[in-house]
Amino acid sequence: MANINLASEGGVVNSAPQSDSHEFDATKTRTQGQLVLGRFLRHRLAMVSLGVFVLLVLFAFLGPFIWTYDFEDVSSKSYQPMSGTHPLGTTQVGKDMLALLMRGTGYSLQIALIVAALATAIGVIFGALAGYLRGFVDTALMRLVDLLLIIPQIAVAAIVVKGFSGSWYVVALVLASFAWMQIARITRGETLSLAQREFIEAARACGASTPRIIFKHLVPNMIGSITVNATLAIATAVLTEAALSFLGLGVQPPDTSLGVIVLENYGQFLNRPWLFWGPFIVLVSLSLAVNFIGDGLRDAFDPRQTKVRA
Amino acid sequence: MIRYIIRRLLISIPILLIGSFACYVLVATAGNPLAEMRFRPGVTDADIRAAEASLGLDKPVVIRYWNWLMDFLSGDWGQSIALGQAKTAVFPAVTDALWTTGRLVIGAELLALTLGVSVGVLAAVRQYSIFDYLATSTAFLMFSMPIFCVAVIVKNYGIQFNNVLESMGLERWLTTAGPRPGGFSGSIGDVIFKYTGTFLLPTIALMLISFAAYSRFERASMLEILHSDFVRTARAKGISQSRVIFRHAFRNALIPVATLFSLNFGAVLSGAIITETVFGWAGMGTLLVSSVRQFDPPMLMGWLAVTASLIVLFNLIADIVYGILDPRIRLG
Repeated sequence: MANINLASEGGVVNSAPQSDSHEFDATKTRTQGQLVLGRFLRHRLAMVSLGVFVLLVLFAFLGPFIWTYDFEDVSSKSYQPMSGTHPLGTTQVGKDMLALLMRGTGYSLQIALIVAALATAIGVIFGALAGYLRGFVDTALMRLVDLLLIIPQIAVAAIVVKGFSGSWYVVALVLASFAWMQIARITRGETLSLAQREFIEAARACGASTPRIIFKHLVPNMIGSITVNATLAIATAVLTEAALSFLGLGVQPPDTSLGVIVLENYGQFLNRPWLFWGPFIVLVSLSLAVNFIGDGLRDAFDPRQTKVRA
Repeated sequence: MIRYIIRRLLISIPILLIGSFACYVLVATAGNPLAEMRFRPGVTDADIRAAEASLGLDKPVVIRYWNWLMDFLSGDWGQSIALGQAKTAVFPAVTDALWTTGRLVIGAELLALTLGVSVGVLAAVRQYSIFDYLATSTAFLMFSMPIFCVAVIVKNYGIQFNNVLESMGLERWLTTAGPRPGGFSGSIGDVIFKYTGTFLLPTIALMLISFAAYSRFERASMLEILHSDFVRTARAKGISQSRVIFRHAFRNALIPVATLFSLNFGAVLSGAIITETVFGWAGMGTLLVSSVRQFDPPMLMGWLAVTASLIVLFNLIADIVYGILDPRIRLG
């Protein structure tokens, strides 16, 4: 009964529950997942980053309920310095910077998470299909990737946002349609080697269908690199979205994201530096935290790998 | 080798054709360049139909694409049709912008490559030294930095260097506006002075970002090679440390970086676009943003066609360089 909490609690790995004292503690079986989780929880940098990430999520999604100002509220005076009522000052039109940051972080996170989820789903399915079926499907996929590689994402995003709409999900869709290629390439590579192994041959001999082989046999064996790359895709998406919005080609005002906030305030760099450094610090800590979490996951999934960051 | 190049060029033709068609359809469906005309006072339906006919907008997309393609290939890239603008020709506009951006990109990339490779090699050779930790963490930090923030910081702090120069009784050196269209004039010293003053800050901003990627990559591939069997053999034979590092390890560790250098072209281009925007240069970035804002299909198509062809070209160069550096790969 006491070992139910194994999966949910981290520090558990080292401390044996009291009620199990009649068993041999040292030989307690642990699943692959518990091993990975244990290694991840002992990765100090990753845990700190996870903490920062959770704080940022809370800041973005709970903050607006607590904070007195709304991000669309323009009732404050223009360009107030940092003070008790406006910890990060106000912008030109009199918006509270802290409220803006909450909304902007929320939007950036929302877009990045959707992009990573979509890109991973598309990438894994396409990559596994191409690597497993080979032949025509593989060639078609590779040509599609070739095609997408020659069209600059920045131009497509600009045209789509101008021509259709600058809502957050349109921005997310455009970003995702260029982000899946990396994951597809990695999945394809791993599938190519996994598909030669005996257990896949055995599954096929038993008459398993292609979807079953892909989702029940191939994907679980690649879960490590898929998770790591999905995490890294979040970091990339945060930066790309911010860059597009900074050019005025992403999220459109009156709505806001971290890139839009920087765009609207970077002219004040020398006179009112806090208006620039606020969103800057949020952006950098967000992307650093996600990158470190990805690093920690990579070490946790593959402890044999030397700790070289490529 | 020549056969390989020819075959690769032939393969890229259909890709470019399909890519440009996809772009054309995207541009054609994204908006109507005459939309604004309808709101102008005194514009009748007949005027709009006449304008449509003169621009060929009344024909189906496939035929318009075919006409555009034929004109494009014969060197007639068309004219900007943005309203309220002088009708600029697309070809000089795109090539001018490309020249501005290209000089920035080439300078920054060469610097970043040299610096990144040297730092990466040093960090790998002195693994776990203070230098290594410093280099690795800087690279990791730069990798997580939004490029526009780097550009803003470099611009604002860099330009203050002028005040330092002035207080020393010297001329102001750095500028943040783009290079003048007519080029620089004056004596050779003057030209160099103005040229470096104009290019220094944006080059540094763009370099910092690429540098992070190159040094990380070079360090990882150098470490891998330094731990491989043939390096151990070379050491066992008593070859000097510097010879092992430069003759045996370094050359092999260059291969992945060389590929990254040419494959990175798309990312570098978007980095350049952002840097230009911060510094207010009239390069490819400004051209893209302005022709999207005014919705100018001929200009957009010219822009897209040029970038796409350049990316194809750089991918080809990547493969050729790969073949030259790594004799295990036979092109053919």
